[in-house]
Amino acid sequence: MTVTTPAEDRTARAAKRRSRGPAPGRLRRRALPYLFLLPALILELLIHLIPILTGIAISFKQLTQFYIRDWGSAPWAGLGNYKVAVKFSEPIGQALLHSFWITCGFTVLTVGLSWLLGTAAAIMMQDNFRGRGLLRTFFLVPYALPVYAAVITWSFMFQRDNGLINHLLHQMHLTNGQSFWLIGSNSFPALVTVSVWRTWPFAFLCLTAGLQNIPGELYEAAALDGAGIWQQVRRITLPSLRPVNQVLVLVLFLWTFNDFNTPYVLFGKSAPPAADLISIHIYQSSFITWNFGSGSAMSVLMLLFLMLVTGVYLLATRRKDADV
Amino acid sequence: MSDSHRSPMAAPTSFLWTRRIFLTLLAIFAILPVYVMISSSLKPLNEVQGAFQWLPHHLTLRPYVDIWHTVPLAHYFANSVIVCGSSMLLSVVVAIFAAYAVSRYRFKGKRLFTVTVLSTQMFPGILFLLPLFLIFVNIGNATGIALYGSRGGLILTYLTFSLPFSIWMLAGYFDSIPQDLDEAALVDGCGPLGALFRVVIPAAVPGIVAVAVYAFMTAWGEVLFASVLTNDSTRTLAIGLEGYATQNDVYWNQVMAASLVVSVPVVAGFLLLQRYLVAGLTAGAVK
Repeated sequence: MTVTTPAEDRTARAAKRRSRGPAPGRLRRRALPYLFLLPALILELLIHLIPILTGIAISFKQLTQFYIRDWGSAPWAGLGNYKVAVKFSEPIGQALLHSFWITCGFTVLTVGLSWLLGTAAAIMMQDNFRGRGLLRTFFLVPYALPVYAAVITWSFMFQRDNGLINHLLHQMHLTNGQSFWLIGSNSFPALVTVSVWRTWPFAFLCLTAGLQNIPGELYEAAALDGAGIWQQVRRITLPSLRPVNQVLVLVLFLWTFNDFNTPYVLFGKSAPPAADLISIHIYQSSFITWNFGSGSAMSVLMLLFLMLVTGVYLLATRRKDADV
Repeated sequence: MSDSHRSPMAAPTSFLWTRRIFLTLLAIFAILPVYVMISSSLKPLNEVQGAFQWLPHHLTLRPYVDIWHTVPLAHYFANSVIVCGSSMLLSVVVAIFAAYAVSRYRFKGKRLFTVTVLSTQMFPGILFLLPLFLIFVNIGNATGIALYGSRGGLILTYLTFSLPFSIWMLAGYFDSIPQDLDEAALVDGCGPLGALFRVVIPAAVPGIVAVAVYAFMTAWGEVLFASVLTNDSTRTLAIGLEGYATQNDVYWNQVMAASLVVSVPVVAGFLLLQRYLVAGLTAGAVK
């Protein structure tokens, strides 16, 4: 690639202006945007696209710890890794399916609750009232805290003997304050709580920005027509937020489904079965057994599922828009 | 932004009360962990090991001294600062050029580029973690360039995590700068680079700062890749905090103190710049 000095560029540009674009200037102008993009392209290729293609290749290989240093020589496995992963009558397939359902439930609950809290908060924060700025800052804290610091704190709060949650539940006479939260079946609600806590502020931010685009006259007209505040929310606010929601729900879904950090920090390296999210599951089955081939096959299946859901979602929401 | 679009009609009391209660509860939910962090970090060890207390009985700053000895926190801190700072700087530079191309030029493959780059955001991290690990190990074996276990490998990786969003945010920012300005600079004899450096970048400083903070935060909070791509000497804070748990004991007061210490830089940065950041982060969803 050739680098042009500003001086050369300047003369080229001057020449171009004089003669209405001679060939070299036009060529350079055409190549220029690609030069600007080049560093970003190289990095994206190196860290994202090549590894993903490699991952797809590995998923067809029998790549165990013996071949880590020279993975090209690992024997091909054909569809073997995929067959094992989806053979739901065998332990490996069964565990994967279980983890998949857990992840689906976790995602639906987290996205749904985060969206509800975010929408309610955004609508209620529309008016200017005393203390609004402070509240807003509080609401942004979960989003700004580094995930591991925040989730470690939650794991302290969920401790059985010295945690805040059991203390609080006991004080409110809801439980005897002796529940385990990070092992057993309670780990699922614990995980959802932490995840909602982390996720809803982003929904709140996006929806707040979306609300600012609704013209005030709409509300004035509705108020003149005698619409109450709840009716205004239902008839004006929610329909106007639909375009924001279309993107927001998709982004929340993808982030939540792929989430690794929250369960990893909350439970440590071994997630309890009730909260065995799919990315943790694949991580464990890859780095504990060092069977990268089967781990990659599972990741590819996960990616295919996400692409399918995204495609269907985009089609479905587009059709709805066309109907209106 | 105007503050209120709400109806001129006074809101009914039922709404006001619902709002008051709901927002209070939500605020408590949001900052409860921060309260736990602060109050527990001021307690001696025996208090955090007993039943939970809202307030410390014996106020102590001891945990803030101990955190630096129990684990090599300063070392992890330095690693995190080097890794996150470098990936932030590089990410901003790369994103500025890419965003300038996307914002100011029409070229073949532009749509393909933006769609591809953004869709990498949707890929499960675990899918390219395994191959990236293998590629790094094999590059190391073949060329002697240590990417696995080194800060360099982590810097490169983190750099690409924030890149797609940074390009997108900055391109949006550049779009809002009138193109007449750079055309005037071109007429004055600046090249495209001159126009970028003398006109576009100075006008986009808030956007660039927002992107920088975003890139730093993304790297500072990352756990998955740090857990695999670092070794003992390059460990970052994200993994280093695990060190406060020993076989028998967890020094919860120190964990809380350390969590607070590592949170302060990013939370302060975020809250100071929230106006710019929020505009950039939400622009995509709103557009």
